[in-house]
Amino acid sequence: MSHDVVATARNASPAQDSVTAAAATPDRAQPFAALGLTADEYGRIAGLLGRRPTDAELAIYSVMWSEHCSYKSSRKHLRQFADKAPATDVLLAGIGQNAGVVDVGQGYAVTFKIESHNHPSYVEPFQGAATGVGGIVRDILAMGARPVAVMDALRFGPADAPDTRRVLPGVVGGISFYGNCLGLPNIGGELAFDPCYAGNPLVNALCVGVLRHEDLKLAAATGPGNQVILLGSRTGPDGIGGASVLASASFGGTGEGAKRPSVQVGDPFMEKLLIECCLELYQAGLVVGIQDLGAAGVACATTELAAGGGTGMRVRLDSIPLRDASLGPAEILMSESQERMMAIVEPRHVAAFLGICAKWEVPATVIGEVTDTGRLEMTWHGQQVVDIPPGSAANSGPVYDRPARRPAGQDALIAAGPARLPFPGTGAELRADLLLLLGSPDACDKTPVTEQYDHYVRGDTVLAMPHDAGLLRIDAQTGLGVALATDGNGRYCQLDPYAGTQLALAEAYRNVAVTGARPLAVTNCLNFGSPEDPAVMWQFTEAVRGLADGCLQLGLPVTGGNVSFYNQTGGTPIQPTPVVGVLGVHDDVRRRVGSGFTVADASIVLLGETRAEFGGSLWAWLRHRHLGGRPPAVDLEAERALARLLATAAERGLIRTAHDVSDGGLAVALAECCLSGGTGCVVQPPADPASFLFSESAARAVVTLTVAAAPELLRACEEAAVPAAVIGTTGGALLEVTGLFSVPLAELAEVYRAPLGDLVG
Amino acid sequence: MTARIGVVTFPGSLDDRDARRAVQYAGAQPVELWHDETSLHGVDAVVLPGGFSYGDYLRCGAIARFAPVMGQIVQAASRGLPVLGICNGFQILCEAHLLPGALARNGGLRFITRDVTIRIENDTSPWTRQYRAGQDIRVVLKSGEGAYMADPQTLARIEANGQVLARYASGNPNGSQRDIAGVVSEDGNVAGLMPHPEHAIDELTGPSADGLGFFASVLQAVAIP
Repeated sequence: MSHDVVATARNASPAQDSVTAAAATPDRAQPFAALGLTADEYGRIAGLLGRRPTDAELAIYSVMWSEHCSYKSSRKHLRQFADKAPATDVLLAGIGQNAGVVDVGQGYAVTFKIESHNHPSYVEPFQGAATGVGGIVRDILAMGARPVAVMDALRFGPADAPDTRRVLPGVVGGISFYGNCLGLPNIGGELAFDPCYAGNPLVNALCVGVLRHEDLKLAAATGPGNQVILLGSRTGPDGIGGASVLASASFGGTGEGAKRPSVQVGDPFMEKLLIECCLELYQAGLVVGIQDLGAAGVACATTELAAGGGTGMRVRLDSIPLRDASLGPAEILMSESQERMMAIVEPRHVAAFLGICAKWEVPATVIGEVTDTGRLEMTWHGQQVVDIPPGSAANSGPVYDRPARRPAGQDALIAAGPARLPFPGTGAELRADLLLLLGSPDACDKTPVTEQYDHYVRGDTVLAMPHDAGLLRIDAQTGLGVALATDGNGRYCQLDPYAGTQLALAEAYRNVAVTGARPLAVTNCLNFGSPEDPAVMWQFTEAVRGLADGCLQLGLPVTGGNVSFYNQTGGTPIQPTPVVGVLGVHDDVRRRVGSGFTVADASIVLLGETRAEFGGSLWAWLRHRHLGGRPPAVDLEAERALARLLATAAERGLIRTAHDVSDGGLAVALAECCLSGGTGCVVQPPADPASFLFSESAARAVVTLTVAAAPELLRACEEAAVPAAVIGTTGGALLEVTGLFSVPLAELAEVYRAPLGDLVG
Repeated sequence: MTARIGVVTFPGSLDDRDARRAVQYAGAQPVELWHDETSLHGVDAVVLPGGFSYGDYLRCGAIARFAPVMGQIVQAASRGLPVLGICNGFQILCEAHLLPGALARNGGLRFITRDVTIRIENDTSPWTRQYRAGQDIRVVLKSGEGAYMADPQTLARIEANGQVLARYASGNPNGSQRDIAGVVSEDGNVAGLMPHPEHAIDELTGPSADGLGFFASVLQAVAIP
């Protein structure tokens, strides 16, 4: 559609820097620092090229060597995901591709990935979040898959902070606008609040796509003579330097309006057309290789395609259709205009390719060709402005071994445990604490947010919010499906980033398992402060080590992920917040297990062991503003046993409902089961009711079953070595803890629904 | 012979796949109709599905009504072809003046996805004859501009003519006048509904299977004796 002003850039200003000019003027000063490069890095570029870079080349290196694109501070540590990878035959494509691809059986493969859009979403919440969704969807599309669902993991400052009122409705509105308009169901995610995110919210978007094994596409420009085609939106002056200037530096706390032009603007309608167009191009067999344009735009797509194919590429930058005719080569290379893809096409297929693009009204232009020179060469009105080895920008960026040091205050933080906090003892105290937790923005009803997202479109959503995981049907005949969950807990990670990351992994794993699915693979989005701060670097290295070790123990490959550094306000970093996504396979979604209590007189069984574990708990934080001690103990063998048991129980039809026990403990879990299913319950507490209700011991789930099925389930638990206790019965219109207190469901519902309705407006 | 029911895909249509599945569930054959076609390929009825046709630019449905396929649909509708517009399809039918009234921004100003109960009022249209007047059904509402609006004279007329197809029965979710969730044309063959019956055809993936009645009804209505 022609809401873009069609501009044919013929800005052939004689002042353009060229390869010849660069060789002739070796000492010309260049603004490398303003582009985010250090003097060392600038020197290295000159060394690689044997001359100073042209302005266009400098643009390419500045974005490709940015933290965001090159992973220069994290790369050394991320290798653990490969080094410690469990033996697996489910991975069809792994780390380094646009997204990992996993075999889910019956000839189907699934690709999924989560990515951050934190910094843009703070500067401009609506467009920042919207384009975060758009970007991750294109990553999935580039693998040859049809995107089928999205999820999002969000963190904000306190719900009553003035800026949260600006940021949260904008972010939610942006996700709603873009995802709904694309026709992708939003099937879950997370929403949490903490003061540490007040000046640096987290917006992590996940997309999942489905393909047949044979449809897998890779980002490789192969076959010299093949044509390079840019398709989608025209290139404009939006998002220039987004990867380097915005996503790879800290916010100072004020004056971020100056960075607003670095945020991109999304057009989901164009993206919808681009999706359908690309899928038809794939179907017709017209695509040799393809890459989405995200961070670093044309610079990234051309260097990665050429490096991926081990070839060279010649590109005429002046042939790229523009929205703003005044753009020069460097700006075109760095622009992060949305809704664009770059495809490699055999010459004999170009006409058919352009025909399908025309059918979908997607602009498409041949901008160059694949060569066998091993050089990426670009011209601007006949003048050569780029001549570099593509791998030097795409793969050979600097790698830093940043100093990491355990923070000085870490021991004191752990020593100040929750043991001496006053615990609730009487029925009235326990009741008040349940209502405090349930009525907090963290544990409350998220419907005012999630009802802005369409979770029905495409007609394959079997479970979505408020269930523990999203569950999608892939094959209507066989019932094959996939479950997805994301989790992360900044408080746990602040106390112990190694254990905290494993707890995030364990929770996502458990959330997938409660639906009856078998966990299969992992993605992650690692949100941290500045890597130049040794304390943050220590948190990061511990988190990566924890995740790699945990995945090895659970037998799950890490398929890919994303690192977001510089999440801090001034010198204060956010709590380390690795968000872990787990994908599981469901053999038959018709046997899915939901979380709500829907029938009366079912036995309630608590699976797993409850200990007095309050370090980092929601109760300690909300009741006492206390954060100290150790997070709950990690027992991945117990998690694995629980997951196996849940899969078996679902398959044998032993359980009616299952719900993960985590933030806020059993009390919050039971309240959620009652409210989402509309049925009350009566439970009998053991000797320590505070731990029974509010402890956050891991590896636990609450399930319900018919009284008749109880002996069989308990036998299965014994065989699986999963502790199990019958704790009560469903029914009635109260949540009752025998001998201590009861709350009418109507009162629970009122408390549960209050916080977000007001905030979202 | 199986009835053939066309489902139009505009650029930006999203629930076209769901509508085709609902047609299939009801036992009819779905026929894909592309927005720039000038033939309806002899279909027995047409569904305009939900989505954001042309990105909802300008105004919901305002561009889609000028699509070549709409010219054919307007002509066929005047000859009695059953046409159902769901959500964005309803907006398009209003823009095309095949249905009275218009759809405005939700009262709460936000997009909402919600399971809603609607009460069928007109059980004689080709799309609702398998329901009975007064019957409550559970379907899905998901829209940002779903508030039904019309001037007082139009409202009085459609009420008097029995053109109110269904009303929201579990609270008014979006500020629609007189709780109106759907209307039919004077002749009764063209229907528009803001909630989505095609998302309520199977309890596995929807709040109920109540919505299947729309598709079963039209199948009955166009049955060749």
